[in-house]
Amino acid sequence: MRRLIYLLPLLLFVGVGVAFLRGFDRDPRDIPSALIDKPAPEFSLPPLPGYKEGLSNATLKGDVTLVNVFASWCIPCKAEHPIITRLAREQGVTVRGINHKDKAEDAIAWLNRNGDPYASIGVDLDGRVSIDWGVYGVPETFLLDRQGRIRFKHVGPLTPQVVEEQILPMVKHLRSAS
Amino acid sequence: MRALLIAVLLALTPVAASAVQPDEVLKDPALEGRAREISKDLRCLVCQNQSIDDSNAPLARDLRVLVRERLTAGDSNQQVLSFVTDRYGDYVLLRPPFKATTLFLWIGPFVILAIGGVATALYLRGRKGAAVAAGGDTAPLTEDERRRLDALLRKDKA
Repeated sequence: MRRLIYLLPLLLFVGVGVAFLRGFDRDPRDIPSALIDKPAPEFSLPPLPGYKEGLSNATLKGDVTLVNVFASWCIPCKAEHPIITRLAREQGVTVRGINHKDKAEDAIAWLNRNGDPYASIGVDLDGRVSIDWGVYGVPETFLLDRQGRIRFKHVGPLTPQVVEEQILPMVKHLRSAS
Repeated sequence: MRALLIAVLLALTPVAASAVQPDEVLKDPALEGRAREISKDLRCLVCQNQSIDDSNAPLARDLRVLVRERLTAGDSNQQVLSFVTDRYGDYVLLRPPFKATTLFLWIGPFVILAIGGVATALYLRGRKGAAVAAGGDTAPLTEDERRRLDALLRKDKA
């Protein structure tokens, strides 16, 4: 009993140390979304000029959908663009875009230059719809099930690792589930 | 000297660091006051240790405008906060709410203080017990000791 009391500070120190060490592994920018397992927020965004379809929550039902928030001024968006293109073309994942606080002509030029993997894009000129989605940095990517519920969120550019380990298994699971 | 003191005090005075722009300010001072109050409690998610009232990030500005719009539309302070936490989660609050997941955050320091207090009390009691066992400080003075103490006290008074 006595000895235990003398060991207590050491145990406390080790406990706090482990907690801090685990904290170092966490990305402080990776904030859990408040919207996981909730239906996508009600919204309706117009298309880019010259494009047919915009984006609204009605569009998001029926298929497992990846919603990608992007902008032409966002450098990491350029980095993840080929990965998203591959997801859409090779894996047959429906990808829809929210064009965040962008100039329409810049966005169109960007898509013409880099290719357009998006089934449709909604223009969020003032960023209000992005706020409804809990977006705090571009790019952010959401995965929705067939009922239009948000099931997964990734902050920052998609990487091959995130796609392999998280998105593709989840897409498969969500497709077979409903 | 006085000029130096004033200079030092001025340097130490916190500048009103609000990032609120003139075009955001509401006409109604009462509403604006409430908006400022709410903004101070909301974390800017881009520069995470600043409130949206302090931060110059575009998202902070958007949220400040949003807060003011909700207030103008007649929301209570609590409704505005819920509106934001519905979208960004509790993380957006600089003062975390008291609930099961944040329990240790709130009571942890007091628990640790209590453990320290109990440990100190136990230690002090143990020391007193040891002193008694050794016939130490609680034993009455001997005749010789009393005489020497009296002599010392007299000398002290003189």
